[in-house]
Amino acid sequence: MNEKKEPLLRAENISISFGGLKALNDVNLEIYPGEILAIIGPNGAGKTTMLNIINGFYKPDEGRIFFEGKKRTKRMKPDHIAAQGIARTFQNLALFRGMSALGNIMMGRTMKMRANLFSQALYWGFSQKEEIEHRKAVEHIIDFLQIQNIRRTPASMLPYGLQKRVELGRALAAEPKLLLLDEPMAGMNLEEKEDIARYVLDANEELGYTIALIEHDMGVVMDICDRIAVLDFGHKIAEGTPEEIKSNQKVVKAYLGEAEN
Amino acid sequence: MSDIPLTFPHILLENARKFPASKIAMREKNFGIWQSYSWQDYLDQVRDFALGLVALGFKKEEKMAIIGDNRPQLYWGMAACQCLGGVPVPLYQDAIHKELQYIVDHSECRFALAEDQEQADKLMHLKEEVPRIEYIIYDDPRGLGNYKHDWLVAYTDVQEMGRKFDQENPDYFINVVNEVKPDDMSIIAYTSGTTGNPKGVMITHRMIADCSRGFLEWDNLDETEEVMAYLPMAWIGDHIFSYGQALTSGFTVNCPESTDTTFHDQKEIGPTHVFAPPRIWENILTQIMIKIEDAAWIKQKAFHYFMKVANRVEKKRIANESVPPVDQVLYAIGKILIYAPLLDNLGMRKIKVAYTAGEAIGPEIFEFYRSLGINLKQLYGMTESCAYISMQKDGDIDSESVGPPAPGVEIKISDSGEVMYKGPGNFIGYYKNPEATAETMVDGWLLSGDAGYMTKRGHLKIIDRAKDVSKLNNGTLFAPKYIENKLKFSPYVKESVAHGMSRDFVAVFIDIDYGAVANWAERRHIGFTSYTDLAQKPEIYDLIYNEIVRVNKSLSQDEQLKNSQIKRYLLLHKELNPDDGEITRTRKVRRRFVAEKYATLIEALYGGKDNVDVEAKVTYEDGRTTTMKANLKVRDVETY
Repeated sequence: MNEKKEPLLRAENISISFGGLKALNDVNLEIYPGEILAIIGPNGAGKTTMLNIINGFYKPDEGRIFFEGKKRTKRMKPDHIAAQGIARTFQNLALFRGMSALGNIMMGRTMKMRANLFSQALYWGFSQKEEIEHRKAVEHIIDFLQIQNIRRTPASMLPYGLQKRVELGRALAAEPKLLLLDEPMAGMNLEEKEDIARYVLDANEELGYTIALIEHDMGVVMDICDRIAVLDFGHKIAEGTPEEIKSNQKVVKAYLGEAEN
Repeated sequence: MSDIPLTFPHILLENARKFPASKIAMREKNFGIWQSYSWQDYLDQVRDFALGLVALGFKKEEKMAIIGDNRPQLYWGMAACQCLGGVPVPLYQDAIHKELQYIVDHSECRFALAEDQEQADKLMHLKEEVPRIEYIIYDDPRGLGNYKHDWLVAYTDVQEMGRKFDQENPDYFINVVNEVKPDDMSIIAYTSGTTGNPKGVMITHRMIADCSRGFLEWDNLDETEEVMAYLPMAWIGDHIFSYGQALTSGFTVNCPESTDTTFHDQKEIGPTHVFAPPRIWENILTQIMIKIEDAAWIKQKAFHYFMKVANRVEKKRIANESVPPVDQVLYAIGKILIYAPLLDNLGMRKIKVAYTAGEAIGPEIFEFYRSLGINLKQLYGMTESCAYISMQKDGDIDSESVGPPAPGVEIKISDSGEVMYKGPGNFIGYYKNPEATAETMVDGWLLSGDAGYMTKRGHLKIIDRAKDVSKLNNGTLFAPKYIENKLKFSPYVKESVAHGMSRDFVAVFIDIDYGAVANWAERRHIGFTSYTDLAQKPEIYDLIYNEIVRVNKSLSQDEQLKNSQIKRYLLLHKELNPDDGEITRTRKVRRRFVAEKYATLIEALYGGKDNVDVEAKVTYEDGRTTTMKANLKVRDVETY
């Protein structure tokens, strides 16, 4: 679908090993602006590793990454990459437990804060103006995710589904060019899943975010994603639209088939 | 008195002229901040939207469906519709598809106003079956960006059209408003009766205006009041309170950020005037009790001690007796330590007057709030009377009655014991249903359908629905709702259904209050998996047993009713639910339906069995159904 478009992110011939285990082997992946890409595959296929490479947490042994056409250098740390506009959520919750939902989402704005520590501590001049602006952005996210009622509730006191939503809010607060979601619906019941699916779709359609996500629920993946990349034992075995993936024999054998048998 | 405007468009024009820009007509919490609108803003919003509707082809006497939470835009839409001589038809947003379809079709709505995507989706779905819906207008655009239909229009776009129309036709608005007359229909409020299809109650501008002013004068309320708008807009109570009274007095209506934040938002506003059904008062009390159980030992002791003091004092106050000096001092201490902080925490410290209406309230609950110092009063009304029949007067409170007739209202009791009334709020009739109108209206008197009598103090006392009052086999009077309400005054009982008509004794179904009972069980380390499981625990049967004994003791005090004590009971396996048709949206039991559906359970109550198998169909909100099976215990209760 996006043949002519420049990819937002291009990963070329990525390989990485942990000890003797080759987690990814010569994987190519493109993420195009405005799409929702799902990365699927059986357990241990290397999905999370791939996300960790995209956001710079791991450095690949081989291969190159281009973000907005610019090559990523070896020296770039995850926070540089985050500043470039890549935000993510985690498979296991990684919220500040004692902090309110509001505070957690506000953390997502850190990258965008310019006032220095001194003026922030005094809450004076520019920092006051800045704080109001950031709060406004955060309030829009709270409104978007419909979590007004838990604004002041400490994260640790929230039910799991809501914590996931707050985490999504924090990622959105960074206004990333590329949003990475690691199993946003893991451990949720059907209703919570439908909710999150709705927010992910809205983030894509209404707010225009480019999203790459890992998900196990095939129903959700087939419903909301534009394209799917399938990993199996560190290899990319297929890529295409949900329709193409459904009828791809390799995928059925490696992944979907297992579940059915 | 010709200078007092009697139609809502004229009242709105008058308010915009009369009140300064600093007087706030409406507040809405958005993005965590309260946004304010003056009466001039209110008028501008209404005017733009009304003219936009004209541009879309809205004609006089046209109906417009309105569905959603209490948002300023929806109230403005209602007013805009009225400015054009149209009639708003507010809908319950939790109504199931079939009900909505019936109402939208029956009321012949060509226009519909929805709060957001969720409501707009419902309407779009309805449009497929009811093609007469031409335009769907939505307020919150979120999630609707991808729908491209000519007939799906954003609220702000309609207003934009209105502004353009206004420039081309500057006199149109005032001319069209001047055509609206006090005796024109101003709203059709559909009531979900306990039987059959909903009926559209036709009400005029004059009725709402007169009744609203009647309420305001009764309690000396004025434009300085603050109220929270959080009850369904389709309920006549909200219409009188957040629309009728707000416009006629000019006071401020506050719309919470979302349904879930209402409680917190109320704390920030501190309303001075509150109108709520007993269910809300019960819920708040249950919440308080749960929190108190979690509080430190010393706080619990202090709370219970001072609540006893307050209760003693309130009983004296209600009886208009003098309070002993010792209790006066204790009450003053309690006020500093407990009552005032508690009210502050509930956002109820500034309340001048509060009403409970729509159902009977438990005397304990009623007295609890009064003893804290809230001027809570009971009100009796129905949609057909614009909620205006009788209400309690300051200094003349009785926890068992609903007060003397409201000014301008006459009440009489028919030979069969049914309450009849005549007043300024009496409706025109049911829309397109003259048969039902004729059944309700007799020589200018309205039949309330409630059985009641006038007490020695001149107060109206309601016992039950007239058609439900019957006799046991031994001839004892059996008033099921009276018994059910007594049961429901327990925090652990959510609903109950009493049986006894043409039976030898009274037996009841009980629906436990899941939240309160679950909390009680957790505290005692009683494990459970679901509602059904919890309800069938022997400990819970014991808990409810004590509640029934309390009711039996109270019934035994009443000469007429002492033989209608409860002899057997069972706890239901599921909550009675309007989606299953067991109760109405306003939580009134549909007796005949329940009797049919649970015939086997009733037989078990009277057949002497000690348990019974049940299979029940459950309907989800989206219309899907499923069946569940359970085995229910039946138990005997001691009588007095």
